[in-house]
Amino acid sequence: MRQALKVGLIGGIVAVLLSLIGMVEAFSQRDIIARVISMGHTLLVIVALFMGYLAAKRTPGKGSLRVLANSFISGLIVGGLVSLLVIVGSLINLRKVFVNAMPVLYELLTFKQGTQIGVFLLLGAGALSGALAGLFFLSPKLLRRVLLISLGSIVSVGVLQDLLRPTFALWGPLAIINEWLFTANGLTIRGAIGLFIMITAASLFWSTKGETIQTGFRNLPTAPQRILKITGILALVFILLILPQVLGLFLSEVFTIVGLYVLLGLGLNIVVGYAGLLDLGYVAFFAIGSYTIAILTSPELGFFSLTFWEALPFVIVMGVISGVLLGTPVLKMRGDYLAIATLGFGEIIRILVLSDFLRPWLGGAQGIGKIPKASILGYEFAGPQQIYYLILAGCLLVIFISLRLRDSRLGRAWMAVREDEDVAQAMGINLVATKLLAFATGAGFSALSGAIFASKLGSVYPHSFNVMISINIVCVIIVGGMGSIPGVIVGAIALVGLPELLREFAEYRLFVYGAALVAMMLLRPEGLWPEAVHRREFHEEKENQAESESPLKLKSG
Amino acid sequence: MALLFTKKVTKRFGGLVAVGNLDIGIREKSIHSIIGPNGAGKTTFFNCITGFYRPEEGEILFNDHSLVGLLPDRIVRLGISRTYQNIRLFPNLTAMENVLVGLHGHLNAGFFGIVLGTPATRNEEKEAAEEARRLLKFVNLAGKGDFLAKNLPYGDQRRLEIARALASRPKLLLLDEPTAGMNPRETQDMMDFIQHLRDELGITILLIEHQMRVVMGISETVTVLDYGKKIAEGTPAEIQKDPKVVEAYLGRGSATEESRIVN
Repeated sequence: MRQALKVGLIGGIVAVLLSLIGMVEAFSQRDIIARVISMGHTLLVIVALFMGYLAAKRTPGKGSLRVLANSFISGLIVGGLVSLLVIVGSLINLRKVFVNAMPVLYELLTFKQGTQIGVFLLLGAGALSGALAGLFFLSPKLLRRVLLISLGSIVSVGVLQDLLRPTFALWGPLAIINEWLFTANGLTIRGAIGLFIMITAASLFWSTKGETIQTGFRNLPTAPQRILKITGILALVFILLILPQVLGLFLSEVFTIVGLYVLLGLGLNIVVGYAGLLDLGYVAFFAIGSYTIAILTSPELGFFSLTFWEALPFVIVMGVISGVLLGTPVLKMRGDYLAIATLGFGEIIRILVLSDFLRPWLGGAQGIGKIPKASILGYEFAGPQQIYYLILAGCLLVIFISLRLRDSRLGRAWMAVREDEDVAQAMGINLVATKLLAFATGAGFSALSGAIFASKLGSVYPHSFNVMISINIVCVIIVGGMGSIPGVIVGAIALVGLPELLREFAEYRLFVYGAALVAMMLLRPEGLWPEAVHRREFHEEKENQAESESPLKLKSG
Repeated sequence: MALLFTKKVTKRFGGLVAVGNLDIGIREKSIHSIIGPNGAGKTTFFNCITGFYRPEEGEILFNDHSLVGLLPDRIVRLGISRTYQNIRLFPNLTAMENVLVGLHGHLNAGFFGIVLGTPATRNEEKEAAEEARRLLKFVNLAGKGDFLAKNLPYGDQRRLEIARALASRPKLLLLDEPTAGMNPRETQDMMDFIQHLRDELGITILLIEHQMRVVMGISETVTVLDYGKKIAEGTPAEIQKDPKVVEAYLGRGSATEESRIVN
């Protein structure tokens, strides 16, 4: 009961806050299902559902009536607090403090039914959501999973409708889907129901049969298993290759940005994720890469006019050298001190390129323009749809190097340093060499990303390299999962890709960002896709019959 | 012949003399214990040998190499390896990886060899994995190599730490209270294991230990420290009778300590 009250109050406050900062209203302009439910209402319903679920989960004992009562109460409280907002808003003008507390908001919250009826509706909706969440909690695991997946997909399709519609429209036969699934604003009702049935069926099939398929795969002899695996990888590569042609210009652009962050993230992953050296000035290497390619290729400055490919080796070398140069003075620093020192380094580079003193060489605030595009055999990486391939190649290369390093003597040395620096040294690891190698490798990846970035934009400006980029990359790694390569990709899609897709809600970008980080740290501190434990003991062939017999007859424990 | 000996080693922390003018010689293939009340400077002495601390004065010679001023990673390559009083594994690495880190100094793969996956690198990695498996089996942890170190039970962690130390192929193994927190049965097993390390592998063992049963049971030589100074040295039998030793323990007003000594 007390838990239900507490959870309900928290949820209510969140719902009221979301309403007052204008998120509900802004989101209401888009319907998830046309004329049935808007994104704004979905947001509030999700809050009530989540709180109802939390209340159910925290109910002591397992009595289903008590669980239901608790989730009902917490949902009711969420609804209650929102109706309180409506009542207070109808009596006092809140707009003096909260700009967004407009009549439109109240209309939305009361479903256009006026204050009295609206309040009852709100209470009812809150309680109903809570109770539904309680029922959801009590239902079997399979049902829960399937429901979550299908409802989640409907909401995502609804949220991303503006992207999906033009993408489908590009492809003649797929255009029919558009007509069937979408109206001008939101999904059609038949589309939503159809989608729900399809995804439910698919996830039901996978949930029940998936395991048998997986074990079946594992029981196959090695040769066919390998063939299947290679086919899978080839299919993935094929999809990646045709992606920009399928998706069109805008989505390709989004993918190039995500790709650049993946490159940066993989580099920082070596420094932070593997070696545990918290580097907050990582953008410096990105800047150094960009400026090196600009100086070497741009005719505007007139020092050199190499092509992109001729300049690239110098870029990497510059990145590696600057990594070592930064690494050397901070070798003895740990944790917070290292973070502050590297933060300073990032700012130094930005201020240096901005300075008038270096203007003749680095272009000052005006930056450097006319950076030529890269090209291979006459194929120019000009627009996003072409640059995409350059970035894809870069990502694949860096992923490959990261994987190789991770499973090697050097990767283990980095991780040992991360876990316990003193012991690592006492086990024979040369701290200076190990740390500098981490800095240098990370910086090399970052410089590569910077070079592609500069050639993509065609110009470099000091303002592109502010500290927010460093922070963003650290967040990508934390949200994705420290030290995890797929985590970096997932993190970049979530933190860089999604905001690009949802440009119209850019106002709330930082708010959602912050909320997402807090939620992540509370609910899933290991990240979205944490690093898997490396199974090595039985990984390679069957264990050789080791000759030495164990002399120790200890019982474990 | 002494494998390791120290001449007038002194380590101060501010005004406190943690280790003062210490002369100790450790014979090759012996089991040598260092005992003393809490704060006597035993662990500080270990830290001086392994290079974690640099003594202000004195000389430490190992196989005629001077160790003073060398970094810990150099010293472990010379053949001195250690375990810690409070277990210090790499908690988020697997048992297997922990042992592989111990092998680090014996592997030579470089950055480009690793990225290109040269045959030499692959072979080395394969042999390292085999050796790690063998070591895990040696300390009775076969089958637990894929567990994260932090998820292993206490006794397993102790043995894993020894396996990691053995991976560097030491000539001299420093064990800092290897039986801390063990019940009598486990303690007996650990004693057998230590003796086996010396007898079968020929590793010289320097031991810090509080359980007198262990000290008196397996060591050939015992050195007693108090306030950083050596107050007695000899065989277990001699030490038990030494009035200075009894006084050092009794002087702290602890009757239980006395009973442990006499045991």
